[in-house]
Amino acid sequence: MWKWFHRLASPPHFYRLAAVLSPWLAVPGIALITYGVYAGLFLAPMDYQQGDAFRIIYVHVPSAYLSMMAYMIMAISGGIGLIWRIKLSHAVAAAAAPLGAAFTFLALVTGSIWGRPMWGTWWEWGDPRLTSELILLFLYFGYMALRSAIDDTAKADKASAVLALVGIVNVVIVHFSVEWWSSLHQGQTLMKEGGPAMDPGMLYPLLAMILGFTFLFGSLLLRRVRTEVLFRERRTRWVREMVLSPEGR
Amino acid sequence: MNEPELQQPGLFSGLWATARRDLLLAWKRPGDVLNPLFFFAMVCTLFPLAVGPSAEQLELSGPGVLWVAALLATLLSLNSLFLGDLEVISLDQLLVSAQPLPVLALGKTLAHWLTSGLPLVFVSPILAMTYRMPASVVPVMMLTLLLGTISLSLLGSIGAALTVGLHRGTALLSLLILPLAMPVLLLGANTVSLAAGNDVYSTGIWALAAYAIASLSLAPYATAAALRISNE
Amino acid sequence: MENLAMGNYGVYVWSCFALTLAVVIFSDWRARLRHKRVYRDIEVRIKALGDGQ
Repeated sequence: MWKWFHRLASPPHFYRLAAVLSPWLAVPGIALITYGVYAGLFLAPMDYQQGDAFRIIYVHVPSAYLSMMAYMIMAISGGIGLIWRIKLSHAVAAAAAPLGAAFTFLALVTGSIWGRPMWGTWWEWGDPRLTSELILLFLYFGYMALRSAIDDTAKADKASAVLALVGIVNVVIVHFSVEWWSSLHQGQTLMKEGGPAMDPGMLYPLLAMILGFTFLFGSLLLRRVRTEVLFRERRTRWVREMVLSPEGR
Repeated sequence: MNEPELQQPGLFSGLWATARRDLLLAWKRPGDVLNPLFFFAMVCTLFPLAVGPSAEQLELSGPGVLWVAALLATLLSLNSLFLGDLEVISLDQLLVSAQPLPVLALGKTLAHWLTSGLPLVFVSPILAMTYRMPASVVPVMMLTLLLGTISLSLLGSIGAALTVGLHRGTALLSLLILPLAMPVLLLGANTVSLAAGNDVYSTGIWALAAYAIASLSLAPYATAAALRISNE
Repeated sequence: MENLAMGNYGVYVWSCFALTLAVVIFSDWRARLRHKRVYRDIEVRIKALGDGQ
């Protein structure tokens, strides 16, 4: 088992494996999303309170979920790279950051658009989830800014890993403190994110979307890590041989 | 030959040593302590100028404005937390010292708080008065600032350690610290607002205290790790 | 077939879905672009070094 793991962490093996694996994640992902979009938009019954506007949930919730998951991946792989000094781990963290930021942005914009018909305003500071998500975006920007400010790759890896780990604690705390704050100020109706009482006709497309997006994210991440590995290893012999050989890619 | 008896240094002797050194340095350069305080006062002045001096607005926004000003002033003073050491190469000395690095980092942070956070607490009543804060609320505000600035100094030291010596480190430092500082700001300012509205505000105080204690136990390790990384 | 106007919320719902699609496609495009660029730069450098010798 360890041998497999060691081989996986070896850059040339990972490089080849990621290329093979990525489509195996993308295809089911796209299939699930296609079902989810169709069912969510056309098959799921209309919401009692929000009418058809609630259907935004089918893109908003997966985005928000991914924004959090990407951060966890970023922080945990940074931590693994820091503690066990696995270079590939740092590459994963570096690759996850822009993806996570993109989905955070998406969650914020879809949340804002959803809010317009619901609250009558494009932004509601009183909504704890929206505000926490905004702070998460700032955390991503800080992370990426720190990475680009440090020239030495290894140093940048370690410094940003520390930042991401400190940030994890912050994500949790921000969520709770913003909720307390919003309850003080009688925040507007929270966006309905569905609970156990959700009608199955509404729930299944949502689950499909979440799962589908996760697969798709995994596929995108693998490709980005692959590029990152290629870049970091650009002066090594295996890259040289691969590039010079006829079937290199 | 007589062998002098060596005294084993205590666990926290490094803490007092670094704290004392920074405090002495601050004593020699009072500007370092006074500038952030002036900044604090000026930011508090900016808001009424920009938003108008209506009494209601002042009273309502007082807690928030004072807290934001305190946060910004702290950010300003954090930049030079480790910068001076970097320039004088004493950072290397800290790193190779036999004393545990988190303890030394804590010592520097303590000195920072004593020269930035604590003065803010004492200056705040004057500015609070200009915001027509009721006298009964002022002690609550001072307490929130006291607890909050402790957290801010500790969290800030992590950011300062990560960005020490970086090109344009100041802006980056602020970008890194502000998300970490938001819960503190939120708790502090809103607790004061609650007190001003005669509501129960003890939750906020406990939360601020918890935050300070948590920062106290965890931040020095992160700062130490960051210092090692930055100095490679 | 359900009413495409989504009960007057059409603009909001469709813009969200369109934006999501756009972001996903954009991410995919950027990932490919970056990979091509990195690969090309390495190829150029390695081949140049090879000839230069």
